[in-house]
Amino acid sequence: MQSRARAIQAVLELVSDQPVIVCNGFPSREAFKVKDRPENFYMTGSMGMAAAIGLGVALNKPQKKVVVLDGDGNVLMGLGTLATVGALKPKNFIHVVLDNEVYGSGGNQPSYSRVVKLDQIAKAAGYVNVERVREREDLVYEFKDMLGKDGPSLLLVKVTEQVEDVPWVPLPPAQIAERFRKAIA
Amino acid sequence: MIESDTFCQALQDIGFDFFTGVPDVLLAGIIETLIERRLYTPAVREDEAVAMAAGAFMAGKVPAVLMANAGLGNSLNTLASLNLLYRQPCLLLIAWRGFDGKDAPEHLVMGRTLPQLLETVRIPHRTLSEQTAPDDVRWIAQTFMKERIPVALLLKSGVVRGIQP
Ligand SMILES: Cc1ncc(C[n+]2csc(CCOP(=O)(O)OP(=O)(O)O)c2C)c(N)n1
Ligand SMILES: [Mg+2]
Repeated sequence: MQSRARAIQAVLELVSDQPVIVCNGFPSREAFKVKDRPENFYMTGSMGMAAAIGLGVALNKPQKKVVVLDGDGNVLMGLGTLATVGALKPKNFIHVVLDNEVYGSGGNQPSYSRVVKLDQIAKAAGYVNVERVREREDLVYEFKDMLGKDGPSLLLVKVTEQVEDVPWVPLPPAQIAERFRKAIA
Repeated sequence: MIESDTFCQALQDIGFDFFTGVPDVLLAGIIETLIERRLYTPAVREDEAVAMAAGAFMAGKVPAVLMANAGLGNSLNTLASLNLLYRQPCLLLIAWRGFDGKDAPEHLVMGRTLPQLLETVRIPHRTLSEQTAPDDVRWIAQTFMKERIPVALLLKSGVVRGIQP
């Protein structure tokens, strides 16, 4: 199994100009450190809403594949959005869930993803492609595959609880949004 | 009473082209019109709706979100830490249930505190009326882009026609 930062790195190395929306907490901070790019949107508050932001982008930019880097705690908080995605079926939506089975950014308390299969919920909700991976090579293989085919897709990536020593994203939120908007225009 | 067709057209005329939200009976006529016009994307929660609106705005759309005032409670954290913080404007069309203390009991607290709640988080708001409608719409258009934050238009019962004939 790899760390969350390694999984984020693998995804960010495989995208070209695709918009990437990252959930709040350490995932955003690690993504900024691993590979900052204007097509990254770093969410700081609004826990649970990364997929909803990504959906708003995906529905209105149908020619671009939109990637959401989410956490298990985030997905559990915004669980309803799996239904919205499954019902609307945006072909250009890729939901990557970095599942460390804890609220890592909240102090490592266990989350229900230990016992509740988020990938099966996504499947039942109507996601078209759903995969679960552990190893980096499988992540790379499946994510590449999802980039090339119609979704919506969900890739559940089991990751370790390891945390990088990373600061808060040093950009003002309004600037994050504005450069993202311009970069994906 | 304002016809929902006229109301939706006025919003389209000033640029709104992405509508999402969660229904309330007071909004049923408007939502029906938006569905007919293929402009409405249903959300399952109001926080999801305002987050989708932020995504839509960054993708070049001009978004509006329909909700009951109960939904303002559901979406307050997302409005504060996403739409307001990142300066992602959207129009909030809020059904004012419990206005004047006359409604089912579950609406009374939110009905009484709706304007203060919006003022506390500094979301500019107006209440739509038939007499001031053109001015209300002009105000939305100006405030929306100038401030680059969510603005709210409050809809009381009987101002825009519902689905019943
Ligand atoms: C509404 C809300 N509740 C709680 C928090 C505190 N909080 C921030 S990140 C986080 C944990 C996120 O967990 P997960 O999505 O699994 O990401 P991880 O940090 O584990 O990678 C929590 C509880 C918050 N920011 N907002
Ligand atoms: Mg987690």
